[in-house]
Amino acid sequence: MVDFLSFRDDEPAQEPTVTLEAIAGQTNATAVRVEPGEDARELLPMLDRLSLVEVNFPAFGDGRGYSAARILREAGYTGELRAVGDVLVDQLVAMRRCGFDSFQPDHPFDQAVVDATLARYDDVYQKTIDGRTPVWAKRHPETANG
Amino acid sequence: MYRYDQYDQSIVEARVEEFRDQTKRRLAGALTEDQFKPIRLMNGLYLQLHAYMLRVAVPYGTLSARQMRMLAHIARKYDRDYGHFTTRQNIQYNWIKLEDAPDILAELATVEMHAIQTSGNCIRNISSDQYAGVAAEEVADPRPWAELLRQWSSFHPEFTYLPRKFKICVIATQEDRAAMRLHDIGIELVKRDDVVGARIFAGGGMGRTPMVAPEIKDFVAEDDLISYVEACLRVYNRYGRRDNKYKARVKILIHALGADEYRRQVEEEFAAIKQLALDPPKAELDRIRSYFADPAYETGLSEEIDRSDPAFALWVDQNVKSHKQAGYAIVNISLKPTGGIPGDASSAQIDLIADLAERYSLDELRVTHAQNIVLPYVKKADLHTVWQALDNVGLAEANLDLISDIIACPGLDYCSLANARSIPVAQKIAERFADPARQRDLGELKLKISGCINACGHHHAGHIGILGVDRRGKENFQLLLGGSGAEDASLGSITGPGFDEDGVVDAIEKVTDIYVRERIEGERFLDTYRRLGMKPFKDALYG
Amino acid sequence: MKILTGNDLPTGDVIWWAGDGWSRRVADAVDVGEQGDDLARREEAARHVVGAYVIDATLTDEGPRPAHIKDRIRALGPTVRPDLTLKPADPDVGQWVI
Repeated sequence: MVDFLSFRDDEPAQEPTVTLEAIAGQTNATAVRVEPGEDARELLPMLDRLSLVEVNFPAFGDGRGYSAARILREAGYTGELRAVGDVLVDQLVAMRRCGFDSFQPDHPFDQAVVDATLARYDDVYQKTIDGRTPVWAKRHPETANG
Repeated sequence: MYRYDQYDQSIVEARVEEFRDQTKRRLAGALTEDQFKPIRLMNGLYLQLHAYMLRVAVPYGTLSARQMRMLAHIARKYDRDYGHFTTRQNIQYNWIKLEDAPDILAELATVEMHAIQTSGNCIRNISSDQYAGVAAEEVADPRPWAELLRQWSSFHPEFTYLPRKFKICVIATQEDRAAMRLHDIGIELVKRDDVVGARIFAGGGMGRTPMVAPEIKDFVAEDDLISYVEACLRVYNRYGRRDNKYKARVKILIHALGADEYRRQVEEEFAAIKQLALDPPKAELDRIRSYFADPAYETGLSEEIDRSDPAFALWVDQNVKSHKQAGYAIVNISLKPTGGIPGDASSAQIDLIADLAERYSLDELRVTHAQNIVLPYVKKADLHTVWQALDNVGLAEANLDLISDIIACPGLDYCSLANARSIPVAQKIAERFADPARQRDLGELKLKISGCINACGHHHAGHIGILGVDRRGKENFQLLLGGSGAEDASLGSITGPGFDEDGVVDAIEKVTDIYVRERIEGERFLDTYRRLGMKPFKDALYG
Repeated sequence: MKILTGNDLPTGDVIWWAGDGWSRRVADAVDVGEQGDDLARREEAARHVVGAYVIDATLTDEGPRPAHIKDRIRALGPTVRPDLTLKPADPDVGQWVI
């Protein structure tokens, strides 16, 4: 069973996270935890110094963290982006597409299910910041938009 | 119509296998019902009053004969030989086994169909005008835009766990046959300087807080559409309420913020998103458009319709609409026979309609939000033959848009959310007004029935609406007057205290009697109501 | 009396707790007293049932009659399709639910 999953080449960040509210004042802090309802854009001025952003999912049905992740990646954040909490294996693909690259689920994943899930979809309809080529770009390889 | 390419096919097939695996894990106990529920819902599978219910998507209401036959096959093989066409232009099966659901989805995939996102807190099936591509006054065919949005919204990674469901509609005529402004996002294609773009409305809907969507943007260019809609959704996903499911739809957010502030936030988000080059190239919409090009119409066809059979002539006058192409007509097949169940069709009827579409309508048909079926390309010379075939199986009811062409949700006979039965009320009303001459005299009268406040039967948008409620364990029916889901969209008002099942049928007769007494030349029921207001109707009901 | 109902997990059929297992006939339902919620939890965990809940019912000559119309319709089938109910041969089948 898998209780931590990373898709990064570097070691997982170990430092304890501080709250979004606290991090602006703690200029030496490099890890932050974002709760649903908090505005991830508040982190944009300090992305350079962050090595870990944890996005908490207290309930798997609360999808605000997906937007938080994309906003951070779209703004150029390259550090670890970790989904923590009530994160389900069936949500892995969408979370990966939104930019999450590590996972710390409350309930461990089954590795075989993880592998099957991640391998399942060869094609995606949307362009996001994950670098996968959307089908419209495959259909029109001549366009520079892909 | 649109055809899948290798990519569309591979995505739908991957989904089938994913759901097969998820179902297996649920049956083996690796997934709890709480975890499985959103997964099955996003595959259209509900747990309903009697069994599992499967809602199959009919994207923008368009089907081929082959797809229609598959719907009949599923009814026969996996259900109890019938299906129910819904106000979202979809079809529902009421008696599905969970263990069969993956096989059903696999069969659907063989004809380029699926049940993806027909439920759940995600972007639902994109709806459209049932006369798309054949209406004379159309700015452009709305379906390529709807297909572009279908692909964009399928498995959208950011918008799969929204605060609540999200419904999008695209139309392209001023006449609104799809209740566009009662959607979370309503899109009307418009022309500006000869260029087609999207006029965006947002925050409409029915349910317990009905609202008509305000305009959010007067014109979005084709190559900004996806970014703009993405911005609309992101603002909603981030700020829509999640503390109360009854206040979680985007209409509540937009109402709370005000349309101007919502628009400002969307514009700000759009400015950020537009930098990311997320919009497909123009070539992609052109590729999709090529599937919806006009068919090779025959020319020099007769415009004559032999009206010597009076029953046929009445059906033509009521159910057949003018086509943009000379010699052709649009046929509406009413799924509202007197005493029948609105929207239900047996597998034999579905097969017959598929045969007619194949032989007489260029292989294509449509599902309407009023729970009827359209054959969009029938030669006028074939109308009598089509009518006879329909009449043989009880599908030639000449009642389109009349009082017996009732929209009704499944109600308490099938639905676990319902408080009252809708179908028996619809049946009693249709029987009370069974005289076709009387129906025609009453003219266009849209009657819509919901069995609970969630308003699947669109009661707010009925010229006459009926809302079933539970009054101390007894079914009770409130009457609403003055709603419309068309281009003159409005929300009905409740007349006063509710009625029992027979009482509400009497009440409808009283309000239509007032209309007959008070109408002036050319007025529909709705027009008379709007001119006179509630008082005379209320006096007749409770005076 | 209180009776326990839910749906069979793989088939979705409406089922009633009959004391030593589940039945598709409400007539077989037994009074679960105060044990209903515990039974529901246990049976859901064992995947014998999904969406289990306890309802009030009265005992009649024909067996338990659910107190609420919704559960009577569940027990019988859709009133608008008597042919699909548990008593397809009974022309007055709809009267039972009202």
